Amino acid sequence: AAAAGTGGLLLPLSETEQQRYSELFSRCCPPPEAAAGGSSVGELFRASQLPPDTLHQITEVCGAKRVGYFGPAQFYIALKLIAAAQSGFPVRIESIKNELPLPRFMALKNDTEVRYGTPAEFHGVKFQVPHATLEKNSFKRTDEGDKQDHKSPPMSPICSPPASPSTYQRIPLSYGYGKARTGLEQQHGAPYEVRHSTHQQDGPSSGNYGAKSALTCSTPNRSLSVEREQQDSSTQYSDDPWRITEEQRDYYVNQFRSLQPDLNAFISGSVAKNFFTKSKLPILELSHIWELSDVDCDGALTLPEFCAAFHLVVARKNGYQLPETLPETLLPEYLQAACLKPIRDCALFDSYSEPLPSSQQARDFSRTEKSSAEEVPDSSALLQDGKKDDQQALKASTTLKTIPKEFQHLTVKAAAQEPNALRARPRSRSYSSTSIEDAMKKGEEPPTPPPRPQKSHSRASSLDLNKIFQQNTQAVRSGWLPPPPPALPPRPSVSQTEQPSEVELHPQMNRPPSQAEENSSAKKEVVLAQPPSKPARRKLRTEAQGLETPELSPTINVTSTLPAVKPHLPVQKQSSKQKRAIQTAIRKNKEANAVLARLNSELQQQLKEVHKERIALETQLEQLRPVTVL
Amino acid sequence: MAVCIAVIAKENYPLYIRSVPTENELKFHYTVHTSLDVVDEKISAMGKALVDQRELYLGLLYPTEDYKVYGYVTNSKVKFVMVVDSSNTALRDNSHSSMFRKLHNSYTDIMCNPFYNPGDRIQSRAFDTMVNSMMMQVC
Repeated sequence: AAAAGTGGLLLPLSETEQQRYSELFSRCCPPPEAAAGGSSVGELFRASQLPPDTLHQITEVCGAKRVGYFGPAQFYIALKLIAAAQSGFPVRIESIKNELPLPRFMALKNDTEVRYGTPAEFHGVKFQVPHATLEKNSFKRTDEGDKQDHKSPPMSPICSPPASPSTYQRIPLSYGYGKARTGLEQQHGAPYEVRHSTHQQDGPSSGNYGAKSALTCSTPNRSLSVEREQQDSSTQYSDDPWRITEEQRDYYVNQFRSLQPDLNAFISGSVAKNFFTKSKLPILELSHIWELSDVDCDGALTLPEFCAAFHLVVARKNGYQLPETLPETLLPEYLQAACLKPIRDCALFDSYSEPLPSSQQARDFSRTEKSSAEEVPDSSALLQDGKKDDQQALKASTTLKTIPKEFQHLTVKAAAQEPNALRARPRSRSYSSTSIEDAMKKGEEPPTPPPRPQKSHSRASSLDLNKIFQQNTQAVRSGWLPPPPPALPPRPSVSQTEQPSEVELHPQMNRPPSQAEENSSAKKEVVLAQPPSKPARRKLRTEAQGLETPELSPTINVTSTLPAVKPHLPVQKQSSKQKRAIQTAIRKNKEANAVLARLNSELQQQLKEVHKERIALETQLEQLRPVTVL
Repeated sequence: MAVCIAVIAKENYPLYIRSVPTENELKFHYTVHTSLDVVDEKISAMGKALVDQRELYLGLLYPTEDYKVYGYVTNSKVKFVMVVDSSNTALRDNSHSSMFRKLHNSYTDIMCNPFYNPGDRIQSRAFDTMVNSMMMQVC
């Protein structure tokens, strides 16, 4: 077929050209068919390493777009055009009339390793590929006409932010890749196939069609025309920016863990707020993201909700517009089914937390109701004792405690959550402290989008504070004072009369005076979790707590063999005695919580009154001030 | 189908006000503002002792020749005011109550959002959608 019959155009093909072209054509086109398979043609064209719009142009010019398939004529013309383009000629019919070298086809290197390696590098390298293949998709679509039911909706969000920096754009795309690749090999539309087979293409040198055999092997596996039709209509694959890839999911789960070790528990609103505020998105958008992701509108995020929220944040930062409603792939049910299954490393947690909630919950709640009259100092002492128990047990078995959500609002972290804490939450929500915890949170680096996991997240990294707190010095504690934001200092003066509550609210400030005499007894425990009302001290290892807590209640049996300065308790088997101790501790904690909550509301009330007084005084001042003449 | 829906904070400033687009929306704002007095009157009439049993739905506050104004107050003294076209007799009183209840639920959902500071203007899209569904469809 030396003559290409497109529009009566006669193309002279040289001997070598003809040979090469027919080789290529037969590669792309299994003999029984008259036309080349679109995907293999696409691969081949991409291997020419021409920019995608050039390829698009070529397709148009060669007439394949018009006739809807790549017949031999179109194919040959396309090859000629590729050669022309590679030689720097414009893509025109005229240019191929000249004598041209053979088109060169380079294969794209196999990037599976690259992708599994550092994602950053992967993004740098593979940017062209996703973009090219996206273009290819549209290009394919025009070629193949109805042969492909390509999903156009996923295309649009990806193509829509063209102005966004390339670094941003490639992230969701490449994640789409990761997802497509890891997941589902078989039933994909052509876009995935095309990409996949492209990636599979090993690198022949230019002009070396040794990969042809590899390609012919791989393409039948993809079963091009058959599977191209099988698009899973309910799911959208690589093109969907709202689909969370495995990598992303792992990252989100780790972030969740850093905020809340129990993956079955919730992140409270204030915690999540601080976390997401660090992403530097405007509050309005964060608010909208929250609205989208908190599906049950309870003011807290479960793991799937958190993943959805985080994903939305990432997407937004990468330039995507937030959707009006939560995309299907981000729904909690969907995510829960998908992501919580592999996350079964909480075997310990499950075993521990299950017996407790059912037994504890009713009991604890009733107790908290009755405990309102309890002495505050006593409860604070108990609280701290209980905390120590908690911490120790925590350290011992790395299990979570079933501390109710109220308490968790104070600690924010490293406390077990009762699985059915939903009941607790309506109550506890009213107790969720806002300013206290916000003021107490220590500054942390903002979380970055998943592509840069090497970034050491301050939350995840263990601080050397362990060493700092090994010394039982008040100087150390006072050394801690500067880090908390300046909102704290005025407090002690206000709350002198409420010193017991202050002990909880400001363990740092008040513990030094109240515990001077108790330091000796403090050398008993190693604890893991943070001090009760210091949510910021996520990584405060046990010394601080052990050193700062007041005398232990003798009823609490703790392993006194542990030296206080030992930073890490060896993992111990949880004895039933410890369990009981923990349960008592939990009960006490809950009682203390109720008391604290009440105190909190009282303080709020006082604050309001003081505020009113202040306003009144200000108005008086205004009146007394001499009238200024304008 | 309301003509205007407003959410008023405890301190009597509007958190959210949305009316059917007409040539004189300010009229609705004024109506809402004047109805606040009636609201205050009603809630103070109950007395402190009855705070717990106070009905949240206040009913018809204020009829004009064109409009009726209905009120609803929450336990935190956030007021919902709805202006309804008098000519629209399709609505019954209990439907007003249910509409207010929906408003109240949406409002609590907004409250759950940690990024929402109480006292801010309400800028939630979900709330907007819900309110739009309750507004009269003016073609």
